[in-house]
Amino acid sequence: MSAILEVNNLEVLYNNIILVLKGLSLKVEKGSIVALLGSNGAGKSTTLKAISGFLPLEDGAITDGTIQFLGEELTRLSPHKIVKKGVFQIMEGRRVFEDLTVEENLICGAYTQKKRSKMIKDMDKCFAYFPILKKRYKRLAGYLSGGEQQMLVISRALLATPTLMMLDEPSMGLAPLLVEEIFEIIRQINENEGTTILLVEQNARMALEISNYGYIMENGRIVLDGPVDVLMGDRDVQEFYLGMGHGNEQTSYRNVKHYKRRKRWLS
Amino acid sequence: MDIFLQLISSGFLVGGIYALIALGFVLIYKATNIINFATGEFMMIGAYIFYSLMVYLELSPFVGFPLVIVCAALLGALVERLILRHMLGQPNISIIMVTIGLSSILLGLAEMIWGSSFRSFPPLFPRKPIILGEIVLRSNLFYGFVMAMVVVAVFLIVFKYAKVGVAMRATANDQVAAFSMGINVKTMFTISWAFGAIAASLGGIIIGNIGGVQPTLGHIGLKIFPIVILGGLDSIIGAVIGGFIVGIVENLAGGYLDPYFYGGVKDLAPFIVLLFILFIKPYGLFGTKEIERL
Repeated sequence: MSAILEVNNLEVLYNNIILVLKGLSLKVEKGSIVALLGSNGAGKSTTLKAISGFLPLEDGAITDGTIQFLGEELTRLSPHKIVKKGVFQIMEGRRVFEDLTVEENLICGAYTQKKRSKMIKDMDKCFAYFPILKKRYKRLAGYLSGGEQQMLVISRALLATPTLMMLDEPSMGLAPLLVEEIFEIIRQINENEGTTILLVEQNARMALEISNYGYIMENGRIVLDGPVDVLMGDRDVQEFYLGMGHGNEQTSYRNVKHYKRRKRWLS
Repeated sequence: MDIFLQLISSGFLVGGIYALIALGFVLIYKATNIINFATGEFMMIGAYIFYSLMVYLELSPFVGFPLVIVCAALLGALVERLILRHMLGQPNISIIMVTIGLSSILLGLAEMIWGSSFRSFPPLFPRKPIILGEIVLRSNLFYGFVMAMVVVAVFLIVFKYAKVGVAMRATANDQVAAFSMGINVKTMFTISWAFGAIAASLGGIIIGNIGGVQPTLGHIGLKIFPIVILGGLDSIIGAVIGGFIVGIVENLAGGYLDPYFYGGVKDLAPFIVLLFILFIKPYGLFGTKEIERL
């Protein structure tokens, strides 16, 4: 196993003043599913945007560090070139093209794909994963339900046949059952297509369930990382991310101590 | 009744030609959200280039048209690359001012190169008027209409089915998401300016063929503007239908009402229709309303 993506000491500045990533490093091994977890504002989405080159679109800039994908530096490339290299990001909040039909959305996903025959084959593959999309083929994407839109967005990514697929909060705003279905399909995509996956999630339990390796970030840095089974066993992770309490430690004094311990861990 | 049919049908033909020019606005607005006030000047430049190719170089129209298309595409692409690319992210009003400035520059350039005198094309189409029953259609108008419809159809097909058309619509819908698909959004902007310039300049040739060429030919662009608003700024179908409505209304008003006034109703009528339609449909007939999921 070798790392296909290596982020080293990444520093990201927004509007020339807000330092969001403060020396973040992570590695993604080929063929694995890596989860990037953390609370709101930790910088998870920013990390993905830095990798896929979206920062300049939001007045952000990489001020230090490197991002190496298959040995190539990505930090100075524009987004469409990064997609061509095989890194595809599924953005937060299901950004379907609302005024386009499902079919046209899929064609956009295959934009970097040169061969039409390959695209048609890949489309059939998508319909095998998400049969509902075939029924909605000619419908405007804006009128799909939230779950269908998430499926469409994942299908679009599949059609781009990326080496590395990055997902930003695929569970956002979906019903629990649907979340489970979506995650199961992400796992299948990883298994069947061999696509490496970098997953940003709030829903830590779901994410860790399908991942091989996890990174936990706070305040623009990685604070903890390890194989998933090690992370799952970690007391802090259990308490802060998986919501498991520990026994009967629910006196108010305990809560104060708990708060202190958390702060120490974060800094 | 004869007069009515006559007015309607020639209005229809004029409308088809307006539709093509309106497309010049829409193609650019749709992808870039910029209203190009130099559309009329693109028309004028297209007409002059065609004139020069025909008269000075004595080329056949079959060579002339493709050459004008190439020149117009270059003009549009250059304007985007050299001027508007630097205006990305600036307030809309500044960008609009830039296009207005551009129209003055193009007007001045045209006067420098071709002078301000009136010129007319060598005959392009057979002169024999088209006679349908009791309706007589001017041949220039008729063939011009046919040409305009062919060009509009080509643009419609490209936008609907070609990969680049789908990518342009995607860009219009959500730029960041388009980037994430690997679409080079900036190239899409350049292409849409090139397309817009092609539509405008072909429209310019048709208008020039009907009424002759002079630097002020572009003023008709202002008349096209209500069409674009009427149809909805970002709708190609809207541009076509708006073109027909304005062409017909204008002709009917000109035929029936102008005799009672000193004239001018012809130019006024489309704006009155525009006002009424905007009362009822503020986004124009086919303009995009945001899709809201409930």
